[in-house]
Amino acid sequence: MTNTTDPSGDVRLTGIAKTYGSFTAVHPLDLTVPQGSFFALLGASGCGKTTTLRMIAGLEEPSAGTVFLGDQDVTALPPYKRPVNTVFQSYALFPHLDIFENVAFGLRRRGLKSVKKQVEEMLELVQLGEQARKKPHQLSGGQQQRVAVARALINHPKVLLLDEPLGALDLKLRRQMQLELKRIQTEVGITFIHVTHDQEEAMTMADTVAVMNGGRVEQLGTPADLYENPRTTFVANFLGTSNFIEAEVDSKSGEDIVLKAGGGKLVLPEARCSAPTSTGGKVLVGVRPEKISLTHADDAGEIPEGRNRITGRIADSSFIGVSTQYVVDSPVCPDFEVYAQNIDRDPRLVPGAEVVLHWNPAHTFGLDAAQDADAGVEEAA
Amino acid sequence: MPFVNWLKRHLVVIAGLVTLAYLLLPNIIVTVFSFNKPKGRFNYEWQQFSLDAWKDPCGVSDLCGSLSVSLQIAFWATLGATLLGTLIAFALVRYRFRARGAVNSLIFLPMAMPEVVMAASLLTLFLNMGAQLGFWTILIAHIMFCLSFVVTAVKARVMSMDPKLEEAARDLYAGPFQTFVRVTLPIAAPGIAAGALLAFALSFDDFIITNFNAGSTVTFPMFVWGSAQRGTPVQINVIGTAMFIVAVLFVLISVVIGNRRNRQKA
Repeated sequence: MTNTTDPSGDVRLTGIAKTYGSFTAVHPLDLTVPQGSFFALLGASGCGKTTTLRMIAGLEEPSAGTVFLGDQDVTALPPYKRPVNTVFQSYALFPHLDIFENVAFGLRRRGLKSVKKQVEEMLELVQLGEQARKKPHQLSGGQQQRVAVARALINHPKVLLLDEPLGALDLKLRRQMQLELKRIQTEVGITFIHVTHDQEEAMTMADTVAVMNGGRVEQLGTPADLYENPRTTFVANFLGTSNFIEAEVDSKSGEDIVLKAGGGKLVLPEARCSAPTSTGGKVLVGVRPEKISLTHADDAGEIPEGRNRITGRIADSSFIGVSTQYVVDSPVCPDFEVYAQNIDRDPRLVPGAEVVLHWNPAHTFGLDAAQDADAGVEEAA
Repeated sequence: MPFVNWLKRHLVVIAGLVTLAYLLLPNIIVTVFSFNKPKGRFNYEWQQFSLDAWKDPCGVSDLCGSLSVSLQIAFWATLGATLLGTLIAFALVRYRFRARGAVNSLIFLPMAMPEVVMAASLLTLFLNMGAQLGFWTILIAHIMFCLSFVVTAVKARVMSMDPKLEEAARDLYAGPFQTFVRVTLPIAAPGIAAGALLAFALSFDDFIITNFNAGSTVTFPMFVWGSAQRGTPVQINVIGTAMFIVAVLFVLISVVIGNRRNRQKA
């Protein structure tokens, strides 16, 4: 449909901001979404992600800044003159029109007379060919959602905006629609900008994710990059779970930083530290629960050299099928979370057991200690 | 106790039939007596079957003239009240402005106020303004009291309407005018239609306010009232029956259209 190398589908926001009275919904923001990508704006409710999306659609007027579609400045254009279409959270299907007319709406408004073939093709794409003459309320939630997508896509917009499009669906249907949307995006090659508060959804679908918090983009990157290399505690906590240890920079050896935490030493690759690393400075050392191995204190000698290690006592353990989740009480961090795959379970690892936690230093990340280690914990779904 | 059991089983149906009879009996009497050939001037006692009145509905002087006046007033009052009322309803639901709460209660006032009080105060107003009583004063009065009913009906509809629908229309290349005509209006239409029907019925049969502010103009309800003092011509029953049939036809047509639509959908 659209040539995927055509740069006219880039979305560029420069210094875009939105204030309501004294409240700032979006702080001046620069963002480029390349043509043909699946881009997600991820954040808790009230973080400014929907406002950003509505400014791209033209439904909200920015207080400052510019919106570019390709080389065209569309900031002053009303929504009906922008080559951009939206899939709304509540779908916003027209209740008085049948499915066919809902999908044909955009084409008819642009003065096209023969829409039948296009509408039928589009309904086939979303597998709703049979339902063309039904009214929206006669369809299930998942079907309505697909109509909303078809109604927007039929106009071949340069950019498709999706505002929490899966929020109203149950979990199973949501999984199905995530894959479905991803398939459609690959098929039509249109730029998708997807707003969601569900980190799993964002990571499953998007090529690039921008994590927003308090009207600002905290971090932008591929899902794997954001997960493995968070640069703020908010990102580290909002995407999955993280353990933090407050440590002091002791020395540097090659490309690694050696840190002092409690009585022990931890090694952190300098490239994975987003905090200043002058000797004596404080750093928050983070590590994901599934990167950590748990060994009973009696077997501590068997742990290979060169791994970061911490001692502690198991405070709690819960078996959840694929893994067992332990909470470990350690001198450097009161509740360290460890997820162990249920492969060979050591029967001694029960609450009260003395253990050694150890992990590959390459899985460690370092953050600025000046921030709240719990930021984003509550907002995470 | 077979009878008690039978009664228990059919109680709802019986109650329904009794209520229906209660509602329909007056209409039946009106219809039956439109075929009467009364002896005196009063059409209160059955004498014999006749089609005289049906053949000559305008046979009584001034009857059809008053009917025409009533229909004209009802038409313009409906148009005026529906137009203004719809705009007011949209403003009250969609916009936050100063005194919105006050306007909301003021609109309700004509419905709550006794008609006779409103009639008298309107007359005082018209006389003080030196207005010529007649067609126009009746029309102004009717638009005023119909307005609150239209606003109430349309407001309920607009309130239940998702503002996102209009955003979706704008997003799909519909300009402000197209959005209004293609989305806003069709969705609000049932509320507007209900308000308009209510306005027409209220205006057509209003007596108290009209009687105060009519001057020398005579509407159909005033004609019926006036003639009842001296005798009731059979033609009044003819007009009443005709109105009833027209109303029933309207309902039947809308039911048929609704059924056909449902069948198409299924």
